[in-house]
This record gives sequence, C-alpha cells and structure tokens, in this order.
Amino acid sequence: MLRIDNLHATVADKPILKGLSLQINAGEIHAIMGPNGAGKSTLTYTLGGRPGYEVTDGSVTFTTRRPGLDTGLGLSSDGGENSQAPHHVRGDGEGLDLLALAPHERAAAGLFLGFQYPVEIPGVSNVQFLREALNSQRKQRGEDPLSGGEFLKLARAQADAMGMDMEMLKRPVNVGFSGGEKKRNEMVQMGILDPMLAILDETDSGLDIDALRVVGDGINRIMRKPDKAVLLITHYQRLLDYVKPDFVHVLAGGRIVKSGGPELALELEEDGYKEIAA
Amino acid sequence: MSQPLPTRRDEAWRYADLDAVAKLWPLPEAEHIIVPAGGNWARSIVQEAGGVHQIRMSLGKGAVAALHVLNIGGDYGRIELDVTLHDGADFTLGAAQIGGGTQTLEIITTVTHAEPNATSQQTVRTVLAGHATGTYLGKVAVARDAQQTDSTQSVKAMLLDRTATANAKPELEIFADDVKCAHGCAIGELDPVALFYLESRGLPPAEARTLLLQAFVSGVFDGAEDAEALQALALAKLGALA
Repeated sequence: MLRIDNLHATVADKPILKGLSLQINAGEIHAIMGPNGAGKSTLTYTLGGRPGYEVTDGSVTFTTRRPGLDTGLGLSSDGGENSQAPHHVRGDGEGLDLLALAPHERAAAGLFLGFQYPVEIPGVSNVQFLREALNSQRKQRGEDPLSGGEFLKLARAQADAMGMDMEMLKRPVNVGFSGGEKKRNEMVQMGILDPMLAILDETDSGLDIDALRVVGDGINRIMRKPDKAVLLITHYQRLLDYVKPDFVHVLAGGRIVKSGGPELALELEEDGYKEIAA
Repeated sequence: MSQPLPTRRDEAWRYADLDAVAKLWPLPEAEHIIVPAGGNWARSIVQEAGGVHQIRMSLGKGAVAALHVLNIGGDYGRIELDVTLHDGADFTLGAAQIGGGTQTLEIITTVTHAEPNATSQQTVRTVLAGHATGTYLGKVAVARDAQQTDSTQSVKAMLLDRTATANAKPELEIFADDVKCAHGCAIGELDPVALFYLESRGLPPAEARTLLLQAFVSGVFDGAEDAEALQALALAKLGALA
C-alpha cells in the first residue's frame, strides 16, 4: 500500500530524514518508535505534504484499492493554483507518486494524518468543515456528494462510536476541547473520512488511560481491515497494548535502524532507545 | 460655500484615496437619522459601487440602534458614522470590509456618549488582498457627565498578500471617571498550520482559505435581519479574492 524508498527530507535546509525506507502492505499495522528528534513528526508531515518539509531524494508510492482510484482517478486539480503541478498518476495499477500530489489530493487518494496537536479553528464548525472536506474528497474521486441528511447520519454514528456528544461536533473545530477531546475528534474525523491509510502521530499523547482505550478501540474499529493499513508513530508502548502492531520499527537519526515484531516495542520499553539505536 | 478638499493632514482622511475623493467632491449631503427616545432602529448597508456615505445619527433616551455594514465595492468606498448617544441609548455596529486589487475601503466612526448609561459595541473585520487598503478609524468620546458608559471596539484585519495595507486606530477620549471602554485591535495573516490542517482533510487550498476567511468575518452580522444575505454576499466576495 505504501512504499517509502530512500526518503530524504529537510526542514529549513536542515536534513532530518536521511534515507528512510519502509514498506506497508494492506491489512498491516506498523508502529514507528524513536527518541525525540529522530524525525518521527517530520516523516508524518512529509508524507502529508506540509509546506516547509522538502523532499530532496527518494520516492513514496501509494497504492489503494478504493474503486476508481487505481486508474484514471479524476484526481485532476480543480483549476486552483496547483493545476500546473504534474501528478504522475500512474494508470497501470502500480500506484500513485504520493510526493507529486497536493495535500488535499493525498487525502482524496485515501491518506489520513492524525495530528499530534490538532489545530483549533475558531468560527468553523466541525460539522461544516467535515462535510465540505468529505464532499471535496468525493468530488475528486468522481463520487457523488453526500446530502446534509446523509452526512449528519454518518457523523452521528461516528461521534456515538467515539463517545462524543453530537453537540461537540457542532462547535468550532477543536476550540475549547481538552487534549483528550481533540484526539477523540481526530478519530471521529477519521471515521467519517474513511481513509485507506492512517498515519497517526502521537495519537496517544495527552490521553488518560480511559481515553487511550477509547481511541485505541476507534483505531481498531475504523482501520483494522484487510484493505486498510495504519502507521502509528509513538514514544511509548502503552498505545500498542490496545492497537497491536504487526511490525515495530525504530527510527533514529532519520532512518529506520531496526525492525521487528511486537516484542521489539517491549524491548524498547525495557532497555530504552540508546541500546537499540546504537 | 463648498468645503475645501481634505488633505492628508486631516486625520480622518489620512489614509483616504484623495484622487478618488477629489472626483467625488463636493460630497452629497450627509444622511441624518434621529432615533427617538425609546425607539428601535436597524439597518444594513451594502456598499457595492464605491463613493462616500456619511451618516449622522442621534439616539434619544433609551433608544436602540443596530447598523450592519458590508463595505466591498468600488475603487474607493468610505462609510463615515457620527453617532451621538443620549441617556441609556445603545448602539451596535457590525461591519466587514473585503477588498482586493487597488481598492481603498474605509470605515470612520465617531461615537459620542453625551449622557450617562449609554452602551456601544463596534465590531469590524477587514480582509485585504492584492494592493488593497482597508482602514478603520474609530473614536469613542465620553462626555464629562456620561458616567456608566460601556463601550467596546473589536477591530481585526487579515492580510492575504504582503502588498495589502491595513490601518486601524481605535481611539478613546474620556472625560468621565466611571466608565468601561474596551478596545482590541489585531492585524494578521492566515494561519498556515490551520490551512494545512484543512487541506490534509481533503479541502483544496482555495476552499480552505475561503473557509478560514468566512470564519474570520462570521459573527459581525449577528442580529441583522438579513444576516444570511449579508453573509452570502461577503462569502461571494471572499471567494473572488481567494
């Protein structure tokens, strides 16, 4: 589903990712762990296409099986400022050149970023924002938009599943939400947008034990499916008690320095990063 | 007996497009509005064609007036308000100015609390692109005996391009000693992190920008009878800028 090959990226001309390679197949859950400054958040933002995160070498190929996405795609730009950008959308089923797509096109192709610090947006209600976002994704994929009624039904179901009050969904995006509520809101968004690949950056930070379980259940419910995949980025083992990874990788110095099964996370917890990354 | 043309030395005209003003000179008569004691008055003004609009208002004892303004049209659009509040009167201004190209848009207010217990609230949001200039000069004058005055000014401007100019000057002149006069003023740019957050959820850049700008001006038309129509006009103008 996602193939990262020799990825180099800089932030403000400073090299952060230095030849990172990783393959994630459909149906798999991967966890990336690593010390502070290893490049975990840079990896997330680079894959999401955030301005300021510049790829200097390497490639990322994203292959999804959502109907209508592997060929043709309708992923052409909407005539906005990116209409000149080459998309390198391959029509042979080999997958998309993720790095050539604008952030909103990556989302439409099925990528979801869970933010470590979800952004507060005063004046924009969650419901309005999510409906516009979902319908914009659907339009890019050549699907019909959801009506207001259909959308509210979907939003209510996803909010219920995360134990979030529908009234909160009508409030401005993340404004006045506690740390835990923001992370729940990320999961509600993920449930509504129904991505193929979720990259979740420190989704466990700021959560108490109960909220951690709710969020972990949410990830399993929404994403643990044969045609989907998850990349969890975390400092700690504790989220992995709820979302069992198939593979664990250690990121240090901008590269994957060690890969293994779930037991690797326990070793890390025991020995710290110094031993493993050395 | 025409008035002489204003110059830049004239504080109220410092940021005006004086060439445009010269073409409009002499200005049409100011509009006079008197809201009688206990009266209730409301109006919305959509400035779409340019020009200078001067309004002098007097609110009688306990009168309530609400003015909503959308200042978007013409090369030069100026709305000048001179409002006098008598005992216990209440005045609300909710205004949005949205300009691009080489537009110059201005809202100039003088709100005089002439007697005690009056309240005034002014909220002005300005969005500017290209080489546009947007100005709010707002003076609140509190007379010597106008105790228990409660006035607020909330002024914010958003620059979409570094070439646009925003001027904002909330000004207080207070001669009473038991009053509340709050004013806040900010000029900023769209938050790139918020834009990326919206885009990462699937919104194209232009739509993400419009959504943030819509949020920025939302609220100024609250309470207007035709709030939805004003909001729709504002949104259309914002969409044309993005």
